[in-house]
Amino acid sequence: MPSLRQIRRRIRSVQNIAKVTRAMELVAASKMRRAQAAALAARPYAERMRWVLADLAETAHLLEPEQLHPLLRRRPEVRTVEVIFITPDRGLCGGLPANLNRRAAQFVLEVGKPVRIVAVGRKGRDFFLRTGHEVVADFIGLGDRPAYDDILPIARIAMDDYVSGAADEVYLLYARFVSTTVQRPEVFKLLPVEPPTEAVTWRYDYIYEPDRETVLAELLPRYVERQIYEAVLEAVASEQSARMVAMRNATDNANGLIRDLTLLLNKVRQEVITKELLEITAGVEALKAART
Amino acid sequence: MPLKVEVITAERVVYTADDVDSVTLPGVVGELTVLPRHAPLMTMLQPGIMRIVRRGQEEEMAVHGGFLEVMGDRVTVLADAAERAEELDVERAEAARRRAQERLAERRAEAVDMAVAEAALRRALVRLKLAERTRRRRPSP
Repeated sequence: MPSLRQIRRRIRSVQNIAKVTRAMELVAASKMRRAQAAALAARPYAERMRWVLADLAETAHLLEPEQLHPLLRRRPEVRTVEVIFITPDRGLCGGLPANLNRRAAQFVLEVGKPVRIVAVGRKGRDFFLRTGHEVVADFIGLGDRPAYDDILPIARIAMDDYVSGAADEVYLLYARFVSTTVQRPEVFKLLPVEPPTEAVTWRYDYIYEPDRETVLAELLPRYVERQIYEAVLEAVASEQSARMVAMRNATDNANGLIRDLTLLLNKVRQEVITKELLEITAGVEALKAART
Repeated sequence: MPLKVEVITAERVVYTADDVDSVTLPGVVGELTVLPRHAPLMTMLQPGIMRIVRRGQEEEMAVHGGFLEVMGDRVTVLADAAERAEELDVERAEAARRRAQERLAERRAEAVDMAVAEAALRRALVRLKLAERTRRRRPSP
């Protein structure tokens, strides 16, 4: 049976932990809201871009492969695959990094070809380094509010590797934000660009300035950047909501522990009092007996 | 019929209004003005100042490259970056201009860096120009 003082000390330390996890929960909740708002604010741009791209790519199938823009051109044979693997930098967000790493490992096995890893986030990078897999580039410290400019180097690497032939396909692997409690690892094919086939209900004969090919050539890299940015924003929202839920559970557990410990404390205290009373009455009885 | 205008960057919607009279933008092939009943148009933009006339009121904005799409009475600007005059940070733009000029003056850097510095300089100049014009029209208190 632990002493009263030990139990009290234990309760205090659990209370402190509960305070910390509660604070982290609140911080994660507000960051999550911001990340969701950022993802939402970015949506109109993406939507427009898809329309325009769908319109531009309309004639793509009429062209010979070598006339196509390099980012649209498919490789007849896929020898090397590149994955942009987006993970959190920090832990304390439940099973999210583990789920992502598992999915990434599974992906590497499925592909069965050399896979170049571009790690965005510490958790994924460390995972591949631990397993002895080569990581061709890493981006650590994007933070909770990534700016568009922050992801440009990532897009640069992906497009350069694709065009130079270092990779024949490029994928994005990130945590899709389904809901506050559900984040699903998702694999998305980034390159070659597959023009959206959304049903366009109207057809405008645009005047292109300077001309169609130039506009398409300018638009495609931005489209790729855009996809990466969107994935990064989703990943941030996922990370924060995973952390929020994990921290809420931790706070609940801590409070449960405090309840149990308080019960134990009271029980022990009662026992101590009972014991003392017993000793006192026994002492009194003994004195009485001695006197008579 | 008025124009519906949206200025959108990857990060946010910068400007939106649906009762605009005319929009003047820096297209790659030259400055152009969009009035109601314009033909469908898709053009690239260069860094410069965009002018929106809404109910006779003029507003100016800095846009740094991107695309302009006109269809029907909808004018959509997909800008790489854009700021309204009141959002401009003059000191930051000034600092950016100095930095870019220094880097360009060095001339040792690689071609890529030079291009980046040049683009940064162009953006800074557009911002400063817009700030200058806004200041002149509305003398600061």
